[in-house]
Amino acid sequence: MSILRNSTLLRHLALTLLAGVVLYLLTLQLEPFRNFQLATVAAYLCATAGLTVLVGLNGQLSLGHGALMAVGAYTVALSQNRLSDAGVTGNQVLPLSLALGVLVTMAAGAVIGLAAARLRGPYLAGVTLAVAIAVPAATVTFDEVFNSEQGLPVYVEPPPLSLGLYFPNERWQAWIALAGALLTMLLLANLVRSRIGRNLRAVRDDEVAARLAGIHLARTQVLAFVVSAACAGLGGGLMALLAQSVSPGAFSLTLSLFLLMAVVIGGLGSLSGAVWGALLLVALPDLTHDTTDWVTLSPEVAQRLEGNLPLAVFGLTLIVVMIAAPGGVQGLLRRLGALVRRRVPTR
Amino acid sequence: MNALTRRGVALAAAAALLTAVAACSDDANTPPAEVPGVSATEILVGSHMPLTGPAAAGYSEIAPASKAYFDYVNANGGVHGRKINYKFLDDGYNPANTQTVVRKLVLEDKVFAILNGLGTPTHTGVLDFLKTNRVPDLFVASGSRSWDQPSKYPTTFGFNTDYTVEGKILATHIKATYAGKKVCFFGQDDDFGRDSLVGVEQVLGAGAVVAKEKYVTSNTNVAPQIGALKAAGCEVVVLATVPGFTALSMGTAARIGFKPQWVVSNVGSDYQTLAKTLGAGKVLLEGMIGVSNLPSPVDAADPWTAMFKKIHDQYNSAAPFNGNAVYGMSVAYLFVQSLQAAGKDLTREGLIAAVEKGGFKGPWYAPLRFSKDDHSGFGGHRLTKVSGDSQEFFGPVYETDSESGPVNEYGEQRPTPPANSIPSA
Repeated sequence: MSILRNSTLLRHLALTLLAGVVLYLLTLQLEPFRNFQLATVAAYLCATAGLTVLVGLNGQLSLGHGALMAVGAYTVALSQNRLSDAGVTGNQVLPLSLALGVLVTMAAGAVIGLAAARLRGPYLAGVTLAVAIAVPAATVTFDEVFNSEQGLPVYVEPPPLSLGLYFPNERWQAWIALAGALLTMLLLANLVRSRIGRNLRAVRDDEVAARLAGIHLARTQVLAFVVSAACAGLGGGLMALLAQSVSPGAFSLTLSLFLLMAVVIGGLGSLSGAVWGALLLVALPDLTHDTTDWVTLSPEVAQRLEGNLPLAVFGLTLIVVMIAAPGGVQGLLRRLGALVRRRVPTR
Repeated sequence: MNALTRRGVALAAAAALLTAVAACSDDANTPPAEVPGVSATEILVGSHMPLTGPAAAGYSEIAPASKAYFDYVNANGGVHGRKINYKFLDDGYNPANTQTVVRKLVLEDKVFAILNGLGTPTHTGVLDFLKTNRVPDLFVASGSRSWDQPSKYPTTFGFNTDYTVEGKILATHIKATYAGKKVCFFGQDDDFGRDSLVGVEQVLGAGAVVAKEKYVTSNTNVAPQIGALKAAGCEVVVLATVPGFTALSMGTAARIGFKPQWVVSNVGSDYQTLAKTLGAGKVLLEGMIGVSNLPSPVDAADPWTAMFKKIHDQYNSAAPFNGNAVYGMSVAYLFVQSLQAAGKDLTREGLIAAVEKGGFKGPWYAPLRFSKDDHSGFGGHRLTKVSGDSQEFFGPVYETDSESGPVNEYGEQRPTPPANSIPSA
């Protein structure tokens, strides 16, 4: 146990492995629909984890992460389709496409990051907002490649036959998405506890002090943006695989705002908070839907609520969380934990 | 015990528990049994619809109309003693939502079939999923030709007359009536616009369309495109547009003094919808040529319209009775017909076989093309013209294929509606 306590990497590796085993067993138990939801949570988690590092730990606001997800998603879509057209199929090309998606999004993130490093506050929000709007518009301008608003289908290979003829596809999707999310969490957890992570926080807390301590401001900020973009790219790529299609409508400004809301509600700057955020992104629409099913409403009211209600609930949750628990869900849990520990005498 | 060890032990214990439970389940190699969504008293049917979002205007009225017809059928004993429970969920016209919603319907609610899922980009994404789960995917609400791939998607069937057939019929009218005039094209930048243009050029010839412009629904400024059409000296403009953009095109053209003959796709030519959008500008619609295949909602003399109106007033009176209502009810009518044909022992395979057998007659003018190797919907249209404050059918019903076949007149008359408004097998 002392090795684990002393080595961050080993401790995180052990935790990741354990989480992997637990999640693997969970996917065996879950119904296909729940597995699909789990896969969606995992895909969102990649993006929210990256965003919480950028916003929470480095203090840079991004309203354009939905667009970065789109970059990853379209890259994966184009790569999968081109490869299958060229006759290269099989599940082994999947990691290649995803890696390509991450790389292209990193390049996009570097460009935005370079601009972002020169901007502060509302100006930074403005630039990233422009990105959120420009990327979907680009799919319309270059419609030969991106097929305009209709989007592209994504070629996805069915689960390998070695798993069984009736192996549920959703479980396979959950495995892929969870693998991506676990990898993201492992790398980010190590990053934030490393020298780079300390630099990120130093820059957030006081730029002048950080510079006096010998930290290169712009470099740190661009790096944060690139790391965050890579995560968003992976999340977007996984989304493309799950939805088996990409279209600009799926990566609208609303998605960017939702991601930001999710990390704030979950607890800004904490990776566990990103997990809560990703869970909420999937669970809230579903929960509100189920509640409207219980209550008998006139068809007209039900139809109007359908689709609009989750938006309202999300907004309300944000307001309530901001007033009641500014630290988000994770902050609340931490406070509760401290309370319990104070009551129960330590052994 | 320190915190870390405690956490580790707890997680390990949870893992061990899960493993023990997991050992009992082995569903990877066993095929699923029984018919999902069908009981002795009920058939559960699902759909994805744009109840909110950019496509909700008008289209959100379709599913409630279908439901109204099912409610009527249920009140009169149902189909083979089973009541139809129609569950339609909102996807906001967003393909990512469609994925979730359709999975919820199929995997969680265990619906028997998906009926009338709306939209080309939305529905394209779920074709593979529905095929893998062998779910009947009936009467998709879009005129894309993607639904007609029986060997690739054996459970998917279209409904709308496809856009290429429509383009060919519009072009045939242009060729006969406006010979020698300059013909231009303005369409949506997706399968809708592209397939339609293919049909138009099939009949008029590749070089005959003088100018071609396109738009996307997220950009409501069509002035550049309409200006280009005016500059090209267009006299006849074919519109492959959704209602909002039909209205926009006409309004923009009027503002720059451009007055061509408008020839409009079925999707974008419903008079009531357009008149409502244009308000006082509805005079611009005078003389507009359109096509339709279903009875006109304003023609009270049509026995099918009268039949649907009666059910609408009883079960869905809060909604307007327009083209969308007639559309939704026609879909429901055809679905009930298919269920009747599939017989008392309802299975997914049985329903598919019944639809493939075809031969359904109903309120529609043109024939349905269903067969073992044709899963496309209707094969034709009838022309309509706006004069005064109404839109009326004229001329014969045309039918054709989606390839290079000729455009023929279809002579067969529609049957009269059944006395109890419910089709028999």
